[in-house]
Amino acid sequence: MARILAYIVHKAGVVDDSAFELAAAARKIDPTASPTAILAGWGTGLDAACSALGASYPEIWKIANEALAYPNAELIRKALIKVLPSNSIVLIAHEHFGIDLAPGLSIKLNSAFVSDVVDIAGVDSASLKAVRQEFGGQVSAHVQCDISSGAVITTRPGAFKVLPSTPGSGTVVDKSADVGALAAGRRYLETVEAEAGDVDITKHSILVSIGRGIQEKDNVAIAQELADALGAAVSCSRPVVDAKWMEKSRQVGSSGKTVKPKVYIACGISGACQHLAGIKGSPFLIAINKNPKAPIFQVADVGIVDDLLEFLPELTNKVRELRRAA
Amino acid sequence: MEILVCVRRVPDTSENEIELNSAGNDIERDDLVYSINEPDNYAVEEALQIVARVGGNVTVATVGGEDDEEVLRREMAMGANHGVLITDEAFNGSDGKGIATILKAFVQKGSYDLILTGVQAEDGGAQVGGMLAALLDYPFASLVNSIEVLDGKKLKISREIEGGNKEISEIDLPCVLSIQTGINEPRYVGMKGIRQVAAIPIPTFGVSNLGLEPSAVGEAAAKVKRVDYFVPTLGKGAEILHGSREENIDKVLELVAAKGGLK
Repeated sequence: MARILAYIVHKAGVVDDSAFELAAAARKIDPTASPTAILAGWGTGLDAACSALGASYPEIWKIANEALAYPNAELIRKALIKVLPSNSIVLIAHEHFGIDLAPGLSIKLNSAFVSDVVDIAGVDSASLKAVRQEFGGQVSAHVQCDISSGAVITTRPGAFKVLPSTPGSGTVVDKSADVGALAAGRRYLETVEAEAGDVDITKHSILVSIGRGIQEKDNVAIAQELADALGAAVSCSRPVVDAKWMEKSRQVGSSGKTVKPKVYIACGISGACQHLAGIKGSPFLIAINKNPKAPIFQVADVGIVDDLLEFLPELTNKVRELRRAA
Repeated sequence: MEILVCVRRVPDTSENEIELNSAGNDIERDDLVYSINEPDNYAVEEALQIVARVGGNVTVATVGGEDDEEVLRREMAMGANHGVLITDEAFNGSDGKGIATILKAFVQKGSYDLILTGVQAEDGGAQVGGMLAALLDYPFASLVNSIEVLDGKKLKISREIEGGNKEISEIDLPCVLSIQTGINEPRYVGMKGIRQVAAIPIPTFGVSNLGLEPSAVGEAAAKVKRVDYFVPTLGKGAEILHGSREENIDKVLELVAAKGGLK
């Protein structure tokens, strides 16, 4: 079995949660694996991140380089090529940094590439069978991957269940000397924080959340009327923001806000993983969608197969009636 | 600026319920409505807007078959100057690297300052852009949600990172960028526009005129192969309310009051 290494994302001395999911994915590939963590960066933050991994990784490879003070995927790729053993299996979280790094890394390593993997269905010495979701989660696929010359695999955040940590103190191995000077055609300038917006959807206990099924901008008012009647706020999924029907600050998901309401009413939302990633704290999830096969029904508590443009106004009227009677 | 946009025709998930075929080895493709992959359409719009500001040409290319010509014509109706169909039986069964290898050969037939792809296809892995860049040794950025041309040699770009924050960088040309949805508002294309470009010839490229070894692409070269499809079970599944609309509304209100409380 090839050596398994996990590239660990960290920020300000704190490792990303995905570090522990990658350790779980490594053991799913090979239960006897002693996966190695690789971290790149600079300064005290890098050392703090390395020492946080001792319970999950027996060996931690550190690449300290001033050019890596900000994680630039092209520079990190160049550094990794210098230190990765040939034919290894490299695991990377499928988030914005992994999407930047992984495809090009697989080319430079001449190894196979499978992205956004949600499960491992089987492994032998020469191949690995991974599970991916396609078409917004409506269907899954088994993908056979030839690992004889190594593989780069990105895993979906949240898909691999973190294993209970065992007390241990992984050894930190300094690989910095193998790397040398680094330069890239892309240079980081700054990070611009998201705008706050007029309504803070993270502060509401009930969210009426709309997706592509709202169909047009004028229909957003239908959801707003329901939200007003319920004392809720309107949030949305990505397509609604892309279409400029709502502000970015209303978007729930991995590229938007993370919300923790008590009740989440998903209206015309298909249930893509990037959207679900923004819903935390296990709210009571009510889904209204006219497509009975929408993936949202697999994760919702209660589902209604109906046309939301008819359902929502009637629901709003009923709420108003109850309010008047109270 | 000479811009190449790599596009794909995919089943439109907003128009179709994706189901398995009876053999379980593919999705049911009969009667599917196909369209341009959504992020690719944003990429074409972005290319058109850049060219409108600084001059140049936009070429759209796809690796596929005859049926894929329709998306090239659609993007030409939007304003792309040229459409190119990259097609060969030897390409069948290519994995992401195979497609990137084919595109690299095509890129080297021309002279492009900027290459755009969509960030991901509905059935894809967000991979071809990054692979193409690595094969060409060009700089790459994914999830790009704004582009500013600084001069003839570099761009200022923004990437979408966690929480809706933006990572701003400078990137040297030539480069490859994968474009995120929402970067712009793609213009509308009517039937009239598509008719106007219907007669424009679309050149084709294959293994021989791209100078590719057939063994470097297609199924034989693919290290990654889809074996079969299945319908996932993500959770225990929702309790579906089968009552009348009025009954369902009463039930929803009861649940909202119990679980969240009405304010």
